[in-house]
Amino acid sequence: MKKKRDYTAFNSNLIRRPIKRCVWLFLLPTFAAFCIGFLYPFAKGLFLSFCKYITTRNWQWVGIDNYIKAIKDPSFLHAFWYTALFAIVSLIFINLLAFMIAYALTQGIKGSNLFRTVFFMPNLIGGIVLGYIWSLIFDGILTKFGTSLLLETKYGFWGLIILMCWQQVGYMMIIYIAGLQSVPESLHEAAKIDGASKWQTLIHVTLPNMMPSITICTFLTLTNSFKLFDQNLALTDGRPFQMVNGQTIKTTEMLALNIVNSFNENLTNRGVGQAKAVIFFVLVAAIGLIQLRATRSKEVQQ
Amino acid sequence: MAKASTVRGEKVSKAILTVFFSLFSLVWVAPIFVVLMNSFKLNSFVSLETFKLPTAESFAGFANFIKGMTYGNYPFVKSILFSLLITIVSTALILFGTSMAAWYIARVGSRFSRIVYYLCVFSMVVPFQMVMFTLSRTADALHLNTPYTIPVVYLGFGAGLAIFMFVGFVKGLPLEIEEAAAIDGCGPIRTFFGVVLPMLKPTMISVGVLEIMWIWNDYLLPYLVLDVNKYKTIPIHIQYLKGSYGKVDMGATMALIMLSIVPVIVFYLLCQKHIIKGVAAGAVKG
Repeated sequence: MKKKRDYTAFNSNLIRRPIKRCVWLFLLPTFAAFCIGFLYPFAKGLFLSFCKYITTRNWQWVGIDNYIKAIKDPSFLHAFWYTALFAIVSLIFINLLAFMIAYALTQGIKGSNLFRTVFFMPNLIGGIVLGYIWSLIFDGILTKFGTSLLLETKYGFWGLIILMCWQQVGYMMIIYIAGLQSVPESLHEAAKIDGASKWQTLIHVTLPNMMPSITICTFLTLTNSFKLFDQNLALTDGRPFQMVNGQTIKTTEMLALNIVNSFNENLTNRGVGQAKAVIFFVLVAAIGLIQLRATRSKEVQQ
Repeated sequence: MAKASTVRGEKVSKAILTVFFSLFSLVWVAPIFVVLMNSFKLNSFVSLETFKLPTAESFAGFANFIKGMTYGNYPFVKSILFSLLITIVSTALILFGTSMAAWYIARVGSRFSRIVYYLCVFSMVVPFQMVMFTLSRTADALHLNTPYTIPVVYLGFGAGLAIFMFVGFVKGLPLEIEEAAAIDGCGPIRTFFGVVLPMLKPTMISVGVLEIMWIWNDYLLPYLVLDVNKYKTIPIHIQYLKGSYGKVDMGATMALIMLSIVPVIVFYLLCQKHIIKGVAAGAVKG
């Protein structure tokens, strides 16, 4: 790991001053793009979440009204619980599978490089294409039973779980393999000499020593599931729909898709969609912050 | 004796594992094989006999691929070219723009540069939905809504992670090399391009891989920013085919999905090592 050094103490003026004079070349162009692509839209978005608006120029301040509407919106609440459930289930499946594969592939079996290549491959395929590949397969199976992916919520749910496993197991496997390889060989040998079985070595020696990779993978799968959009759109697009108290609920719609849809569907006030987006951002950022603390505290322990 | 038998036992269990993983790998690539199979079938057979190999009756030859080229009233070749253009230009722009900015941030350490750095780190946790509506309007107003100008949007929205990774790397570089260059009379521009940039190569590859994978597969950002009637990328094209109307030519769609997977797989097999390394580096840091 790289050593942490204090910037100012370690940078001499010999280098610092001439670079500083070239700020227009080095920093400002990227910073300008950063303002256009992130800072301004973020600030404006935050502001507009407190307004009633259709176009960004024509707004009317309404305070926290949009937020109240957002959290009372049954489709938003449904999407939240659906996403949370999906995130937990996919977290368990992806990580268990990825860890088992990574563990087996580090036992020195023949062809493990080839297997690694194969398992990682789906990661490079984009979400939209992935969604259509799997909808072909699921529908191919389900038509044999006279039904379809778009007819039942549970098919959509488990279909998306299978899809996400296929896509993400390879990615997490790579991180787990790196973690497994970083456990010192001497620890394994010491455990062997002490008469520990393979299972005991795994539980008491290997796992505690790869906590950093486990934390990374857990949070990665968690945020990936929360931010999931393309796959959700391509696989089911929220179908099947259900009428609850006169309002249509898209039963397989996740948070990100719900937000995009509320921008498109609510044409009298886009502020509600923007308020949902802010709530979404706070959720995702909170997960990120917890992750940061978790990795930090683990680092101190080691 | 006991020892010899455990060694043999281990060998056998390893052989079993190899066989198991060989079968498992076949299952793993099966979805792509199913798409390949169906891209050669006549439309009406795709949903009826999804898992059967094309027979004399259902075989369509390359008809699906030929039809797919113009299917959806938009030439697929154009989508491929726009996807390539956007991915290559945006990645190049991000690599140069953010590595220069990161060098400035790491070496100058003024209050302004520190604020920029923390804003970049902050932007990494912000999901796209938060900024999407205002971003697409801003891009429209500034005429960044064409494939030729959208790289600026990508640079802006993607700067966070790239700057974060580059700053981390530059901080670990020995300062003496740059000092020596300065003493030898190099200005900051020559120092950066002649001395620092070559040293940044490993991080360049990691960041480049991450950006290429993101931009090539990105759907929502170009969909919202570009004028999609005029300009489509591959994900937009495929979503448009399947999403917009009831009767879909499944054969042609499968052919197009196959065509969009092939370049990705070729790219993956060519630079597999870099991709896996880049992904691991990005995950550990991000």
